[in-house]
Amino acid sequence: MKHWPLAVIGFLFIAAWPLMVQDVFLQRVGALVLLAAISASAWNLLGGYAGQVSVGHAVYFGAGAYASLVVYTELGWPPIAGAPIGVLVSMGISALVGTPTFRLRGHYFSMATIAAAELFRILAANWPLLGAAVGLMGPPVPRSVWDLSFLSPVPYHYLFLGVLIVLLALTWQMQRSRMGYYLAAIRGGDRAARSLGVPVLRYKLYALLLSAGFTSIAGSLYAVMVGFIDPDSALGIVISVKLLIIAALGGAGTLFGPLIGAMILIPLEETTNAMFGGGGTGITFIVYGAIIVLVARFQPGGVAAFWDKITTRRVRHVP
Amino acid sequence: MILLQVVVSGLLMGSVYALFSSGLTLIWGMMNVVNFAHGDFVMLAMYAAFFAFSLLHLGPVFFIPGAAALLFVLGVVVYLGLVRHIAKGPMLAQILGTFGLALVLRYAAFWAFTANFVSLPDNLVGGTFDIHGLRIEASRLLAGVLALVITISMHLVLTRTALGSRLLAVAEDRNAAMLMGIRPDRMQAIAWGIGAASTGVAGALIALFFYISPTVGESLSLIAFVVVCLGGFGSVPGALIAGLGIGVIEALSAYLIGAVYQDVVVYALFLGVLWVRPQGLMGTN
Repeated sequence: MKHWPLAVIGFLFIAAWPLMVQDVFLQRVGALVLLAAISASAWNLLGGYAGQVSVGHAVYFGAGAYASLVVYTELGWPPIAGAPIGVLVSMGISALVGTPTFRLRGHYFSMATIAAAELFRILAANWPLLGAAVGLMGPPVPRSVWDLSFLSPVPYHYLFLGVLIVLLALTWQMQRSRMGYYLAAIRGGDRAARSLGVPVLRYKLYALLLSAGFTSIAGSLYAVMVGFIDPDSALGIVISVKLLIIAALGGAGTLFGPLIGAMILIPLEETTNAMFGGGGTGITFIVYGAIIVLVARFQPGGVAAFWDKITTRRVRHVP
Repeated sequence: MILLQVVVSGLLMGSVYALFSSGLTLIWGMMNVVNFAHGDFVMLAMYAAFFAFSLLHLGPVFFIPGAAALLFVLGVVVYLGLVRHIAKGPMLAQILGTFGLALVLRYAAFWAFTANFVSLPDNLVGGTFDIHGLRIEASRLLAGVLALVITISMHLVLTRTALGSRLLAVAEDRNAAMLMGIRPDRMQAIAWGIGAASTGVAGALIALFFYISPTVGESLSLIAFVVVCLGGFGSVPGALIAGLGIGVIEALSAYLIGAVYQDVVVYALFLGVLWVRPQGLMGTN
């Protein structure tokens, strides 16, 4: 990590953001950036570090979101208590989906993840326990502090920041451990990794379990903050796509890439939504699509690779 | 009798699935790149057919080849402008590239054509055949039979003509093909053109009897993936059999379990088959 000073300044800036801006809209954007950064960093564990591009992470996000609100609607628990259940369900689903699909290479895995996510979306949209097509609501008024229902986005901001720091610390640790090297080998190619003695299937599954677990936590946090979910907002293919785009734009397989991607895309999305109202979603996704086409075409490594390129060049020119 | 009716309509639909899936399998077999926008190509062809009829008053005889030509051009343009550059890049770039294209096409269609469903008039290819109580709409019969004929011709072109041999040579070994005086770039552009043209015909045929909306491409893409995975990558006969099979399974599950679950059955079957045979039902390797 040659950019430590920059990272520290960045985190101080993020931590101070809700205090610097008094506007609720901007504070809310800050919290949403962090939530997106958590989800995309979770996706990055599998999609970036292990190179297994999942286009179905909505299923884990949705598991967390639904688990949170189901424990409230069915048992009256505070929504956040559903988070561990969501993690367990996510890990169960990932074992179920991962075992067959990890033997596939590349694109086949991506397609299988889309099919799996769509399957669960259709099931949830027709299951009365999960509110079917209407969705589920959280507590309308906070019953205790455990409901984590605040009017201001600021408490969420610090909650999300805490989770993000834990996740990034874990990722950093993993990156330097044996697992990090194994995943890098797997990303380079299944067969080559296997010939080096890397237990490919097992480590892909580890990466998926970690990734799914944290994506599920992000889903729970989303449900806790927004207090309302339906099949499209929690399980739609759009969620999977967002995680993928955010991580890829920032730089897949880098520690801070997903955070950088979120800092670029979420303000953009919130602004277009605010400008065009509900119709903005369509325009947002045209822009999203165009961005990822351009990233894929010209800079597959995302902002992180671009940054490396320009900083390296500068060093080279020093006499 | 109702069951037979369901199976027949499933076969007719499956034949159209087989047609556009053959296009996907061709592209895939040629260069090992997946077109995630494949279903959205079909969607564009459906709109092309709709506007050709509603604005230019062209009938199916004109708009079916018209849509094929239009999509052929789109396929070549997409190859030259995007796919050629990302094909050598990392896998993430390949997936992002065509996936981003799918998003742009889908939401641009939302923006340009709105989310409202539109459809061609029912009586464009009118009439219903009644064969001993088995009722078949002429539009579906036309779509199914024509799709079958074109899929088989595609197979014949690939296996019996000089162009087909050149395409297969590039698919087998790009460098060796180049040494034989074949231009891989041109062949791959043609493969993208043919692959997209198959969605052009399929889209125009589906538009004869199905509603048109910007999001219809999403589930069609998935169906094409399922068909290609089951049929074996790069195999047109495999896609034909798998396409017909998926059509029948979809129709049967819609009839027996309910229309909302027809996709669930197809996706579950797909994941189940991957579990048992990751290389596809008819795949080798």
